[in-house]
Amino acid sequence: MQMADAPYRFPDPSGHFGPYGGVFVAETLIPALDELRAAYEACRDDPAFIAEFDYELKHYVGRPSPIYHARRWSDLLGGAQIYLKREDLNHTGAHKVNNCIGQAMVARRMGKPRVIAETGAGQHGVATATVAARYGMECVVYMGSEDVRRQAANVYRMKLLGATVVPVESGSKTLKDALNEAMRDWVTNVHNTFYIIGTVAGPHPYPLMVRDFQTVIGQECLLQMPEMTGRQPDCVIACVGGGSNAMGIFHPYIDVPDVRLIGVEAAGEGMESGRHAASLTAGKPGVLHGNRTYLLQDDDGQIIETHSISAGLDYPGVGPEHAWLKDSGRAEYVTVTDQEALKAFHDLCRLEGIIPALESSHALAYAARLAPTLPKDKILLVNLSGRGDKDMHTVAEKSGIQF
Amino acid sequence: MSKIQSTFQRLQATGRRALIPFITAGDPAPELTVPLMNALVEGGADIIELGVPFSDPMADGPTIQRASERALANGMTLRRVLDTVREFRTGNAETPVVLMGYANPIEAMGVERFVSAAREAQVDGVLIVDYPPEECESFAQAAKDAGLDPIFLLAPTSTEQRFRDVARVGSGYIYYVSLKGVTGAATLDFDEVATRIPQIRAQVGMPVGVGFGIRDAESARRIGEVADAVVIGSRIIEEIERSPRDRLTANVTAFLREVRTALDQVEGAVR
Repeated sequence: MQMADAPYRFPDPSGHFGPYGGVFVAETLIPALDELRAAYEACRDDPAFIAEFDYELKHYVGRPSPIYHARRWSDLLGGAQIYLKREDLNHTGAHKVNNCIGQAMVARRMGKPRVIAETGAGQHGVATATVAARYGMECVVYMGSEDVRRQAANVYRMKLLGATVVPVESGSKTLKDALNEAMRDWVTNVHNTFYIIGTVAGPHPYPLMVRDFQTVIGQECLLQMPEMTGRQPDCVIACVGGGSNAMGIFHPYIDVPDVRLIGVEAAGEGMESGRHAASLTAGKPGVLHGNRTYLLQDDDGQIIETHSISAGLDYPGVGPEHAWLKDSGRAEYVTVTDQEALKAFHDLCRLEGIIPALESSHALAYAARLAPTLPKDKILLVNLSGRGDKDMHTVAEKSGIQF
Repeated sequence: MSKIQSTFQRLQATGRRALIPFITAGDPAPELTVPLMNALVEGGADIIELGVPFSDPMADGPTIQRASERALANGMTLRRVLDTVREFRTGNAETPVVLMGYANPIEAMGVERFVSAAREAQVDGVLIVDYPPEECESFAQAAKDAGLDPIFLLAPTSTEQRFRDVARVGSGYIYYVSLKGVTGAATLDFDEVATRIPQIRAQVGMPVGVGFGIRDAESARRIGEVADAVVIGSRIIEEIERSPRDRLTANVTAFLREVRTALDQVEGAVR
């Protein structure tokens, strides 16, 4: 693990990325966050912690994950060359596990025997349940009942791993409601419980801590791309729900000049339909889940329901650092519809023999849109953040197939 | 002196405790909120905490979340909450009203607009659950400048540094959350409250109200032994949920009156 720094120095010591981030929680959570911040700062500076984290990533997760040149697909698109960072090859099938190992290690150092998590697609829940099993911790995962229905296989995986999955019936029954419920559990059981947040959102220090644990993705790319292509890519592309895989690959590139950073949000049924999950593109700054960031909300400040074919992108907020990268202009944020993501999903299956997660398919779809507009010597690096096995039912349903 | 401060001063002069009930504006119906507020006053309320519904009430338990969902389904908004207070004021000029809610609806309206609209509606205090002192110094100052008391929470786990933080930015009273957890949780540790409240009162120089976990006359009386005020929320929402419409205000008044009577058995100054 390398902690990237200077000259880009965010967040500030109180957890702010410009006007975003911060600690917007009820007083009951403040001592818990103070305790976590102190514990994490100690871990962050401890060579033994960093060495153990690196060991776990290598031997348990299988890092470094390779980069793959999607040559047939690039040729067919007829423009820039597309390279894929294969986070789908990690143990548990997505980037989420990097962060879970890091946070579970912090929990162990804090002496907390119980971990809880929220999950949307189930990937973060599976990764948390996996790591909890690995370390012998009790694990409770909160999941919106709508997502429980959409992601039955992942629910079963979590149960196999010994976790308790709690379906959440309140609100829109998706990720944001699972997050609310996990926060309630944490505030009630904070004496023995560590809350493993799955994305770069929530109150400080979560956006910083999750970014640190995911930064391994981009750090590896910084070394791998010159080995493979002789240089760094022209564009780095990643999907953005909460934004952890994007932050992980973007962050080490922030200070690398001339590398475009492009985050891809879910346009759902189309931006004009209003049924989407593109908080940075269509939202307004506000306060939710412990931080100030862009939110999809109505004129009265109520959070509105989001729509995406991909459960992992179905979230009305976004990590505060993305809000800051958008405002500062260092990253660009674009949108891709369900239909475009599905097409990229099928293309990658047929042309490269890789079944991508529907979340990652959004990043792929944007690469497919961008590549033909660029010369053949340009290089696009796409974070293939997860594999698509979990999405079989969703994709089959769209194709009118029943198992 | 604010209306909240003078209310506490008047009560302290007669050795009584403040009774502070909570309801969510718009629950069970927008047109019933003012009648319910009047019913609370009739039952002995000294200050009313009026909940501003929010789609994601993270610090609340299932009971108040249900109230919030019903209120939103009824079309309640922050603007309409302010209209409700204005309407209440046509019949009641004295009882202080504290708006309690989450930051986002206020930020969506704009802090300056909210503060001036709240003053104009004769709101007396604001308690924004997810605005801890370190994130809202300018909001708290704007509220104070408009004559609104910014009210803050303290918890069993709060450190003495937190006491100083809320003493600096807050005014009116302190809302002591007597439980770890969310609103409507079950158990209350009286000994813990009895130890902590005197420490807080001594350090913040404001009256201290205790909420979370107070469910009946007896628990209210015991809290009244040590605190300046008792806050009751979830238990009143439950009364609202189970009352037929024609008994709604009468039931709420009757429940609160029972608590009032028990609270008035506590005599003398707060220990």
